[in-house]
Amino acid sequence: MGATGLSVVLIIAVIVLMLVIIIIGGKNQLSWEFLTSFPKDGMTKGGIFPAIYGTALMVIIMSVAAVPFGAITALYLTEYAREESFIAKTVQFAVRTLSMVPSIIFGLFGLGFFIKFVGGGMDKAFFGGQLTWAQPNILWASLTMALLTLPVVIVSVEESIHSVPRDLREASLALGATKWQTIRKVVLPGARSGILTGTILAVSRGAGEVAPILFTGAAYYLATLPHSLSDQFMSLGYHIYIMSTQSVNVDQTLPIQFATTLVLLLLTFTLNLVAVLIRSRLRRSH
Amino acid sequence: MKETKIKSKDLTLYYGTKMALNNISLDIPEKQVTAFIGPSGCGKSTYLRTLNRMNDLIPGVKITGEVLVDDFNIYDKNVDSVNLRKKIGMVFQKSNPFAKSIFENVAYGPRINGQNDKKKLKEIVEMSLQRAAIWDEVKDRIHDSALGLSGGQQQRLCIARTLAVDPEIILMDEPASALDPLSTSKIEELIFALKENYTIIIVTHNMQQAARVSDNTAFFYLGELIEYGKTKKIFTNPEKKQTEEYITGRFG
Repeated sequence: MGATGLSVVLIIAVIVLMLVIIIIGGKNQLSWEFLTSFPKDGMTKGGIFPAIYGTALMVIIMSVAAVPFGAITALYLTEYAREESFIAKTVQFAVRTLSMVPSIIFGLFGLGFFIKFVGGGMDKAFFGGQLTWAQPNILWASLTMALLTLPVVIVSVEESIHSVPRDLREASLALGATKWQTIRKVVLPGARSGILTGTILAVSRGAGEVAPILFTGAAYYLATLPHSLSDQFMSLGYHIYIMSTQSVNVDQTLPIQFATTLVLLLLTFTLNLVAVLIRSRLRRSH
Repeated sequence: MKETKIKSKDLTLYYGTKMALNNISLDIPEKQVTAFIGPSGCGKSTYLRTLNRMNDLIPGVKITGEVLVDDFNIYDKNVDSVNLRKKIGMVFQKSNPFAKSIFENVAYGPRINGQNDKKKLKEIVEMSLQRAAIWDEVKDRIHDSALGLSGGQQQRLCIARTLAVDPEIILMDEPASALDPLSTSKIEELIFALKENYTIIIVTHNMQQAARVSDNTAFFYLGELIEYGKTKKIFTNPEKKQTEEYITGRFG
């Protein structure tokens, strides 16, 4: 067994060790009640339902913002912009750069741009200066997260549009279809799996990231679920963080921390697996 | 004497700085089969694609000269190439059915043109598949994926798809070169039957096929039209030496 073989074993061993620790630590805490009830007694008991709900709601809003915008950008890059044009190169560069920015920067950007600038502007324009939108809430957090996951969506959709063979487009045009008709009826249906994969990967990333929502909307504890876009929310990732650093009794809540981690892991793992399966099915059919 | 359906005058095409077609002037009569022959790279496919302006899609292409369909220049500034392609259909070398059902493939063209009446579409699809001599083979699985058909069947499906738009001219770019002999002869029979109603132009590298199937033949070499005439004459008594050498297999 050479160096490569050894490092593979090492990596797998570390992953297995992490999983084993988490599963042993959290499996007793997992129950239907845990998943569906609110935290109690200063979050030392009870469940994590609001965190699950908040995470779900946030990724939904995030997807609504990121997926259409990302798909349209990918469509523009592949079908309309000439490859060497200034616009195409600029957008490609922006997408690549965006994907390399550390996630905490997104959090700061969300605070400065969405909350202070846009929110502040909205308050001045519609609420006579009263503090309504210039503060953390699920809308700003979701939009911030959408920026983070945009490159993933764009790349996925681009990939699947490219996989639609050129001769199918020629066939459509030779029948008297316009470019837009060809895109709508031949290219986009072919890109469906890419859009789906991109969405799933974005959701999986968004469900787990904490830094972008740290100051843009996540809350320590809320007694009620978010009702409107201007409400704050609880999230799985943030919940794990505060449970392990700021809870009243860190040792007592250890099982809850492990269980919450397990839930988040299962969630992201399943989502990624589904995306990989869809992608491999897409590759096989071409 | 048949009327000229489509003709070109001094058609010249450049890919960037490379000249691919040099002053091609050719009159193609209607409701006959005209074959383009010549060695690889001689420009026959390129010329074919200028007839329905498919070369417009290639960046860096420059075209001068005229192509007249029924005395109307299709390269005129005001011509809508999208509508042009409804009148001049194309079948490609490698069959390219959409990843849809057999029905939806054939209905694609009519739908593009705004035909949404279910009954009418069914009629058009059935008629096109019959005209393409494939109706009997697919009538019981018309909503199955087109990708499940064999190569020869897919090609006949592509022909049906082209017919569904009701073109006047059908361009075929080596339609049988990727097929086995049995499928090839089916396609050739089909071409023979279709010429009663359509003007057909076929590019082929198979000279026996050109001799079997066409009424007129044009021989291309290095981007130039060397000789053009009735197929019988070209193959038995060509005027140019180059034509004779190609026909007898001395080059190409």
